[in-house]
Amino acid sequence: MANLTINGKTFTLDVEPDTPLLWAIRENAGLTGTKYGCGIAQCGACTVHIDGVATRSCGVSVGEAAGKKITTIEGLASGNALHKVQEAWIAQDVPQCGYCQSGMIMAVAALLNEKPKPTDADIDEAITNICRCGTFQQVREAIHTIASA
Amino acid sequence: MNKHVSPRMNRRAFVVGTAAVGAGLAIGLDIPFGGPAVVRAADGSPEIGAWVVVRPDDTVVIRIARSEMGQGSLTGLAQLVAEELECDWSKVSTEYPTPGQSVARKRVWGDFSTGGSRGIRSSQDYVRKGGATARVMLIQAAAEAWNVPASECTAANSVITHTPSGKTTTYGKVAEAAAKLTPPADVKLKDPKDWKLIGKGVKRLDTAEKTTGTMVYGIDVKLPGMLNAAIKDCPVFGGKLKSYDEAKITDMKGVKKVVKVGDTAVAVVADTWWQAKTALEALPIVWDEGDNAKVSSESIAKWLAEGLDNAQPAYVGNKNGDAKAAIAGAAKKIEAVYSYPYQNHATMEPMNATALYTADKCEVWCGTQNGEAAFAATLEASGLPAEKCDVHKVMPGGGFGRRGQTDYVRQAVLIAKQMPGTPIKLLWSREEDMAHGRYHPITQCKMTGAFDADNNLVALHYRLSGQSILFSLRPEALQNGMDPAAFQGVAQSGEAAFGYSVPNLLVEHAMRNPHVPPGFWRGVNVNHNAIYMECFMDELAQAAGQDPLEFRRKLMGNHPKHLAVLNAVAEKIGWSTPAPQGIYRGIAQVMGYGSYVAGAAEISVTDGNKIKVHRIVASTDPGYVVNPAQVERQIAGSFVYGLSALFYGGCTVKDGKIEQTNFDTYNSMRINEMPKVESVMVPSGGFWGGVGEPTIGVAAPAVLNAYFAATGKRIRSVPLRDQNITFA
Repeated sequence: MANLTINGKTFTLDVEPDTPLLWAIRENAGLTGTKYGCGIAQCGACTVHIDGVATRSCGVSVGEAAGKKITTIEGLASGNALHKVQEAWIAQDVPQCGYCQSGMIMAVAALLNEKPKPTDADIDEAITNICRCGTFQQVREAIHTIASA
Repeated sequence: MNKHVSPRMNRRAFVVGTAAVGAGLAIGLDIPFGGPAVVRAADGSPEIGAWVVVRPDDTVVIRIARSEMGQGSLTGLAQLVAEELECDWSKVSTEYPTPGQSVARKRVWGDFSTGGSRGIRSSQDYVRKGGATARVMLIQAAAEAWNVPASECTAANSVITHTPSGKTTTYGKVAEAAAKLTPPADVKLKDPKDWKLIGKGVKRLDTAEKTTGTMVYGIDVKLPGMLNAAIKDCPVFGGKLKSYDEAKITDMKGVKKVVKVGDTAVAVVADTWWQAKTALEALPIVWDEGDNAKVSSESIAKWLAEGLDNAQPAYVGNKNGDAKAAIAGAAKKIEAVYSYPYQNHATMEPMNATALYTADKCEVWCGTQNGEAAFAATLEASGLPAEKCDVHKVMPGGGFGRRGQTDYVRQAVLIAKQMPGTPIKLLWSREEDMAHGRYHPITQCKMTGAFDADNNLVALHYRLSGQSILFSLRPEALQNGMDPAAFQGVAQSGEAAFGYSVPNLLVEHAMRNPHVPPGFWRGVNVNHNAIYMECFMDELAQAAGQDPLEFRRKLMGNHPKHLAVLNAVAEKIGWSTPAPQGIYRGIAQVMGYGSYVAGAAEISVTDGNKIKVHRIVASTDPGYVVNPAQVERQIAGSFVYGLSALFYGGCTVKDGKIEQTNFDTYNSMRINEMPKVESVMVPSGGFWGGVGEPTIGVAAPAVLNAYFAATGKRIRSVPLRDQNITFA
């Protein structure tokens, strides 16, 4: 059993401590917005915030995440008010298949938290998620739109 | 409010009844189309023809048979219907009919297959007619209610107006009456100059859920009592499962069952997928790998190279004059050999499907590019007849051709069949996905070009050796053994026609089919043919001492549409003016999927092997552009997919297996490597071309030609990873 704090709620989950956080989130807590892409922290589809830091949840165990504040894509909005990144993603029509976008949005939200007006170089350094559809152009434009708002 | 289909909506039973009994009884079979019965959606709203449901509140549901997988066809197809329907776009939502429903209604929604960039171009006519038919019926119903001639009525924005009197009504108010009318036998479609919605870059209909984590992909399907399965198929293609030691893992937490899947695979079923995967990794498995275990990339390359020998048999795909004789008698000739590797689609979401099998029913939930193929696989694997099966399409996390295949559907059904009554979600690990792709076919190409004394190109011999996709996946489409699709981009005519006039031309294919299963990989045979032809065109230009653009132009006089897109990129990139200091340019053009495309790149190279792509310009003429915002995204996305393939995309074979296992060994471009793509759309009208794939063809040759301009070195083998060339 493990206690995880996800999106402000405490989950008591029947899961081994060495289970990757990704799978505890998806299968035990039932929050499927966080996606599986590679399982080896390469693609970023599973990005969540752990104590505010963008983290690839497939590479963190449940044991390591216990006691920390975990935010998933489902917890990014404040009630019915979408996060500014989600709003920008809708305004710019960023997603194609959309599968990588939960992780992309979480990575971008963390970047903007740290650097509200990121340069292209900041974006290049911080956003390392894979998108096979190739939405990078819209991702970059949406970030700049938020930053200039 | 636009709402994309969800599994719940997909599961809606269609109901049929008469207006008198309202929503009537739920059935799904043999509904007579156009008969007296009104066909109703599950909420009781009437169909006005198979493509349109109009609700009393004027909202409209448009049925979409093709699959959305990110390419935007769902929105584009809805635009086509709505254009003719003359409905209020802000009240449009979409819905997938299931393949089972379609088959039961004599395939009223036509082809479900979503590949070959055909989603819009090969259904545009009948879906527009579906919208027009519904509009005519709605107007007719209003006219009858008013007792006026329909010819005096017009429709716009879901409002019908009787022009002489100024009376108005709305679609929702006359839908019930319209649904009872016999559909008109023929309808006239609008002249393209009158389009209001087609050609507009309206927002996609399926974006919001993709930003909140609520969009349901196959991996997210949840059913009551569902268990999860992880699978391992014999890593050597063609090998078999010999044995496994189930006792070693049956006590592991969550494990419910270990099952054989066909002759080649074993799956572990557990409470959670992580438990299933963990147990599967601990399961001792013995494979019978067979003779294919002796095959390697080297042995395949050697076999393909032998096919380049003119003495070996080959199929002729395009020919005029006598290329061999002209080459033999030429003043000057050059020759080069190129090669292209296996590549995995690497969709972000690995293959998966959920199946529920009971004694009298089998249902599947999955992302698929071809609902009907998934349906056929369900029938075959379950052994149940069509009326007892169905497939519910959910959003795929990428397709790129991979999800046109149904291997994962078949596996899910075969597992579920061994646990009747329990829904089973089968999910491949990324490693399984890398090991069991349907790979971009492997080829080599020897090209020989010959010049007369004035440096005019007088002959070209294009000799391809390698794998045929159709041989493996659609043998019925071979023509006396020849794979006509092998000549995409270098064909004599048709939707992928060669864009140059060469007096003596021979294009041929020595078919060699290694054991690695090939598949339709976004762009398909255009990818390698465009690299071979467009890079060799640059070599020919250099041999002739001419500018690569001017050299091409001289050969393109009889190909004005090919030339127009090439000219468009040349102008946009500024070909006639020198590039900035340290920047080098490359250019390429090809025709594929009925569209003409060209691309140009500006790059810099440091240390001879570090490439920075500064600028990309792309042009396309798809005839008509339905949604320019989405076409622009397909063009940019094609460069990401195509340049990922150029730099990183190679699957190598050792001991009969694919060596790459995950994104650490099979990388994909990131945002820092990708410049903005400047697209120039030059739709010339009069034909319908595809947009999802053709542009990929020009991505790699544009950059490779720029690399030559920068370094003087020709790269004739990809990926660049294996040439020790990286992004800067």
